Amino acid sequence: MTAPLLTVTGLKKSFDLSQPFLNRMLSGGGRKFVHAVDGVEFAIERGTTLSLVGESGCGKSTVAKLLMGLTRPSAGSIDFDGNQLSGTTAGQPPAVRRRMQMIFQDPYASLNPRWRVARIIAEPMKSFGTHTDPTERRKEVDRLLEFVGLSAADGEKFPHEFSGGQRQRISIARAISTKPEFLVCDEPTSALDVSVQAQILNLMRELQRELGLTYLFISHDLAVVNYISDYIGVMYLGRLVELAPADQIFAAPQHPYTRLLLETVPDITMAHRDMDRPAGEVPNPITPPKGCHFNPRCPLANDRCRIETPAFLQHGAAQVRCHAIEEGRIDTAPLERAV
Amino acid sequence: MTVLTVENLTVAFPGRNGVVNAIEDVSLSISPGEILGMVGESGAGKSMTGAAIIGLIEPPGRITKGKISLEGNRIDNLSPEAMRRIRGRKIGAIFQDPLTSLNPVLTVGDQLIETIQTHLKLTKPEARARAIDWLRRVGIPAPEARIDTYPHQYSGGMRQRVVIALALCAEPQLVIADEPTTALDVSVQAQIIALLRKLARETGVAVVLVTHDMGVIAETADRVAVMYAGRIVEVGAVAEVLTSPKHPYTAGLMASIPRIGPRPDVLAQIEGAMPRPNARPEGCAFGPRCPHRMEICGQKRPELSGTATKSVACHLTQGVPA
Repeated sequence: MTAPLLTVTGLKKSFDLSQPFLNRMLSGGGRKFVHAVDGVEFAIERGTTLSLVGESGCGKSTVAKLLMGLTRPSAGSIDFDGNQLSGTTAGQPPAVRRRMQMIFQDPYASLNPRWRVARIIAEPMKSFGTHTDPTERRKEVDRLLEFVGLSAADGEKFPHEFSGGQRQRISIARAISTKPEFLVCDEPTSALDVSVQAQILNLMRELQRELGLTYLFISHDLAVVNYISDYIGVMYLGRLVELAPADQIFAAPQHPYTRLLLETVPDITMAHRDMDRPAGEVPNPITPPKGCHFNPRCPLANDRCRIETPAFLQHGAAQVRCHAIEEGRIDTAPLERAV
Repeated sequence: MTVLTVENLTVAFPGRNGVVNAIEDVSLSISPGEILGMVGESGAGKSMTGAAIIGLIEPPGRITKGKISLEGNRIDNLSPEAMRRIRGRKIGAIFQDPLTSLNPVLTVGDQLIETIQTHLKLTKPEARARAIDWLRRVGIPAPEARIDTYPHQYSGGMRQRVVIALALCAEPQLVIADEPTTALDVSVQAQIIALLRKLARETGVAVVLVTHDMGVIAETADRVAVMYAGRIVEVGAVAEVLTSPKHPYTAGLMASIPRIGPRPDVLAQIEGAMPRPNARPEGCAFGPRCPHRMEICGQKRPELSGTATKSVACHLTQGVPA
């Protein structure tokens, strides 16, 4: 086995939400932090896809921003092919950052409406200096446009002339223009209609096969994640609670939260109709529950879960953060799933 | 017995190059206690159909053809004042974002009591008792205390429960729910879906559920109408439409949804995108994207036809060939 392309250890990001100093003095309030990402660890092998899933506010998009240097981590290390990136900002160092690119969620907001498509796609090549000759650059733009299923003539158009799916193809062409090895895809299909989503997901798989790309894929849609991933990490309130091979997580989910997620996904086979629904909602991330963050909603929670944070331990092919699994209080036999 | 009948409804907007039909010839009916799903991609006309039923089409758009009847009485030609009385009393509405559908400066109780007193002849204490009762029915814990708090003190899921209570507190015959779970997380979405089903069964209210999510339709609706480019292309019992779709668009849509379970090497996809309302092709609007396209498809628009329980608008009357 070769070394992973990206290794993340002990990654943390907290945001200071405290009142200004004077207000704190007058009202006697303390400092307040929200731990958006709280000790996340994972590694991604070359040519594979790791997906992070979770509900809003679980920190999955913050992880994406940390990897790309769009925000600085409070602690932890990001190792990309032997280069330490945790202290650097976006675009630094260029030789490494050229190899990492990002695709954003909203194709209506992530393309400059005043720029022609050719200029949008050429921008990363220009700023990283991969194609310095303008005619050569333009030739590369035409090639990329055709590669993602558009035509070379589309380079002269503006983003508003394209549909959502076509815009996302432009975003992908821009992202792969510097010949990166690693793409961070933050909900790339959630703004798209299903029939178009399928086109984009197929394109992404095809690119991975042809260019040997490595993906970090972020989504809240478990079915999409099932299609695209090799490994899946489930996040809850800033922590990874389970990390396992994709087929494993769907066949034999371990963590009680993973099980809850799988049970609540609306299913077109109508398998869960009229089932009892798990109660409760994700707590406020500013004041997460003590111990295991999931304990107030967990059917297996005991006193230890309410006090002590569980460690992220290997359990079979999966890594899980759960006292109940560690102590063997839970039946982790594969689920019988009607397919 | 039907609560609502819509016949050949067409809604048009004046455009720079002539009139554009947002929806065309939409016909549907719904019975008490039934949940009718309306599904389609952005711009298919599903929300527009819902807005037309509750009389909330933004001018200059207007109904140019067709009839809407509620319990046998036409409501599409009523005055704005008469329509205002029907909204809330006979037709309730649930929208996507629970935060913007509630007034942030009034307590939840004030909003419920105001709605109840507007539509029903009740004294304030009676209305308050009813409001508390409705909060309990939609699953708000400790409703006696929560009634005097403000919307921002509720979580997203709890707010949507309050919106549902508001829509149902005057005991309407029909509720239009436009993407009621889209702004919510999956685990909360499942709770809201279960609540809608339970209330429809208990109160006998008919629900038009507008959503883009086939999963939500599968788990909630009794019947489903699939819309494409402003028209209903297929309508029928939810199990039948989802498991054996007859229209090539429905079939393509179902095949392109990623599922949990064994994964295919390549996801089925429908090439192209839905045409804009001002650029719909002659004949069948799905024709250019259809894998079973025939000559007639480019010339003649297929009409919705079939039995009372299942109809399809497609020239392939035998369904999709294998």
